[in-house]
Amino acid sequence: MSELIALKNISQKAADMVEEGRVHKALYSDPEIFEEELDKVFQNTWVFIGHESEVPEAGSFKTAFVGRHPVILSRDRKMNLHVLLNRCRHRGATVCEGRKGKTKAFTCPYHGWGYGLDGGLRAIPKVEEYEGVLDKSDLPLESLRHESYQGLVFATFKDDIEPLEDFLGGAKKWIDLFVKQGGGYPLKVLGEHRFNFPGNWKIQLENTTDAYHFPIIHKSFISSLDNATADIFDFLDGDGFVEDLGHGHSVMVMIPDLVDLEADLDQPIPERFEDLAQALRDEGQDEEQVKRLVRAAHGTGFNLNLFPNVSCSMAFFRVLRPVSAEVTEIQHVAIGGDGAPAPFNRKRMRLHEHFQGPMGFGTPDDGEAWERVQKGSMAGKDGWILVNRGMGNLHTSADGNVAGAVCSETGMRGAYQKYKQMMAAEGEK
Amino acid sequence: MTINTDLLNKATAFIWHEADLLDHKEYQEWLSLWDKNGLYIVPTDNNETDYENTLNLALDDADMRRMRVARLDSGESVSASSVSGTVRMVSRVRILEETADYVVVRCAMTLNELRHGNLVSYPADLEYRLKPTDDGFVIDRKVVKLMHADGFLRTVSFIF
Repeated sequence: MSELIALKNISQKAADMVEEGRVHKALYSDPEIFEEELDKVFQNTWVFIGHESEVPEAGSFKTAFVGRHPVILSRDRKMNLHVLLNRCRHRGATVCEGRKGKTKAFTCPYHGWGYGLDGGLRAIPKVEEYEGVLDKSDLPLESLRHESYQGLVFATFKDDIEPLEDFLGGAKKWIDLFVKQGGGYPLKVLGEHRFNFPGNWKIQLENTTDAYHFPIIHKSFISSLDNATADIFDFLDGDGFVEDLGHGHSVMVMIPDLVDLEADLDQPIPERFEDLAQALRDEGQDEEQVKRLVRAAHGTGFNLNLFPNVSCSMAFFRVLRPVSAEVTEIQHVAIGGDGAPAPFNRKRMRLHEHFQGPMGFGTPDDGEAWERVQKGSMAGKDGWILVNRGMGNLHTSADGNVAGAVCSETGMRGAYQKYKQMMAAEGEK
Repeated sequence: MTINTDLLNKATAFIWHEADLLDHKEYQEWLSLWDKNGLYIVPTDNNETDYENTLNLALDDADMRRMRVARLDSGESVSASSVSGTVRMVSRVRILEETADYVVVRCAMTLNELRHGNLVSYPADLEYRLKPTDDGFVIDRKVVKLMHADGFLRTVSFIF
């Protein structure tokens, strides 16, 4: 550690703290490194801010963050999406509060400057005092470049960044599979759980590509399941795998049988979905559609980690936001089918409540483990976090990617190598 | 305005009893306070009324309540083991409605939790639908409206 501290250049310091199979524990708590991460990672790449279904109509908006920056995702009257910095151009107050809603305009509460859904400055009270001083067309809410893939909206501060689809690269195939859990209907956000934990954002980033922890920390969840379902979650000795998809992205397939939710539709309906199947039959769904919806209700058998802030995690989106070096906010976003039969979406929400969120049977134990990682990382002057599991047992996947066993730390290594590359680059100020 | 203090006292006594059971982790007895069709609900949106068709923090029927208790009692949950204790104060009790089948009660709760030496406070409105029985009440519905339900909560390994 003393050698590392001796390095004057912070960015070099952080990059040097990432080796192939281990990362230095100071990456979890050093406030200078954290500031550097906001600049070099979160302001320098595509950041997930939401799903298009969250702003379904003209006038719909939701608030989000790109790193530390509060932003608004809005839909204008022509149904175009905009990502706007949530900051009045006059004296800087936020012009939009609350999680989501519908509005005709964004009006600053302080002096009444009014902006359109596209961010354009429309109204200034007592405008005559600005005559010859400013031109409204020069002062819209600042907008960020944004692009969508399969309804997932990403925004970036880096205007010359590669197109979103290039950034997603090998992850696109997995997003295409992920959205099949709408059961034949477009994916729709049904609600979200929000919680925070006293720990660094990278601890969460690691977690969604960490199958190793599941049967240990989540034993009390597995015990709450029926035997057949518990068997499905007993995946460490199965045929799953983790594949490094490049750009820091990775996929962890835990339940290979549930990779493609539109395949194998002839399988018998599991006991825990029998109530759903009956409810769908009662609604007049034919048996083929019942089987399709029941299979989709499971969610996918994989976690797709998209660096740096979102995981398409089996049946929901897990979004992280770095608040400080030692505080991270997390959203567990529940999804279902837009227009799907009500019993289907109800079942999806009940399954989400069972494991996810601050009162789920899984999340509190994850949170406890992460809190302890943060606390433990303060022990000792020097120390490393191991991410070398499975390094001796790698293979090349059918798509030509580095892959390891389901409980390998291949995905973490991929994310950290991307992190290292970004942190080593000269900062853009 | 006339207040039915007899009913208010009975309902308050029942709710205090429940609160004491929960703070002292007497979960099995807590389960016995419920009607078999009862629902324990912690919404994410306190203005929502259609709980079944929205996402909640918890929406527990009898099975889920039993499993929630089993998880907390199992010794397998590391987060549950880290909760040193909870102390809740329940007050401001008001009968909102009384019918032949139900008594609807609203009250205020502040729950304090100690975990890893940190005190966390949860102010909430509680809404009960109680079903009168021969010897008191059973809970038909309990809705816990946390003041910061739509904010970023800490994780919860106890029962509100």
